[in-house]
Amino acid sequence: MNLTVNGKKAAIADKESLSISGLLDELNVADPLYVTVELNGDIMERINFDNIMVRDGDEIEFLYFMGGGRG
Amino acid sequence: MLTDEQIERYQRHIALKEVGGKGQRKLLDGRVLIIGAGGLGAPAALYLAAAGVGTIGLADADVVDLTNLQRQVIHFTPDIGKAKVVSAREKMAAINPEIKVNTYQEWVHAGNITGIIRDYDFVIDGTDNFAAKFLINDACVLAGIPYSHAGILRFDGQTITVRPGESACYRCIFPSPPPKDAIPTCSQAGVIGVLPGVLGLIQATEAVKFLLGKGDLLTGRLLIYNALQMSFDVIQIKKNPKCPICGETPSIKELKDEVDAVTHCDLEKK
Repeated sequence: MNLTVNGKKAAIADKESLSISGLLDELNVADPLYVTVELNGDIMERINFDNIMVRDGDEIEFLYFMGGGRG
Repeated sequence: MLTDEQIERYQRHIALKEVGGKGQRKLLDGRVLIIGAGGLGAPAALYLAAAGVGTIGLADADVVDLTNLQRQVIHFTPDIGKAKVVSAREKMAAINPEIKVNTYQEWVHAGNITGIIRDYDFVIDGTDNFAAKFLINDACVLAGIPYSHAGILRFDGQTITVRPGESACYRCIFPSPPPKDAIPTCSQAGVIGVLPGVLGLIQATEAVKFLLGKGDLLTGRLLIYNALQMSFDVIQIKKNPKCPICGETPSIKELKDEVDAVTHCDLEKK
């Protein structure tokens, strides 16, 4: 399947669908415990990462904490 | 009305059809609070003072340190050891003596933040730790005060403006803070000195636009900046119905400090 991940095309070979957890694993996403996942414009709940499936054509954004500023 | 000196000082504003004399009056009547007089707060404070924002609050308990001077451009080498809010106020007064600068030499916490923010029209989050960032979000959402969030790390920054009740808040994206030590801070990981200048001035721009009532605020959109690639990406962010503070069934109804998140105290120990 072909996805758009953080604005770039990403091809996942030999799979027609994949859970969000599986996708985080497949793409070796850094800090998977702390990434926020937006699927087709909606923020996904972490407790559902094993159950929500991504499919061909989906748009995914991985959003990360950034804590700096004052110091 | 504006005095002759004000008309001269703010001539480049007044020449803009989006500002004019009326808009400059709005800026002079405007009240903006900057929490954190550091990397993000320094450029924001300098430019908002220059722009003639009439009342600017600065909240920060810290004193100027040699490691700050690589990016916190409102503080100068002779200011080392001086309270940041005092150091910043001196520069702002030198740029523009007619504005009022209120200083709060304290860390914001659940017990004091509402009393500070309620005197302001717009808040800029220039803090460096998740406890403060979540607290500022919660306090502004509960009080209905619009604010600009920003975070920076290494060569990356991100910012979003929140209009409580109308647009997505910080917890719509990140429902709860990461545990301590899960995410590196600037003091651990480093930050390129020019980065907070870019982000802090985007925040100041949002404050100015809000006071003027012109343009489109950075609401419902997370702006992600990478200095190495020189890329600006905008991610649409909808209000999250499951958001713990502004969602359909909020679990957070009163302020509390995020005790498990990184705080200023943790940063000082490092």
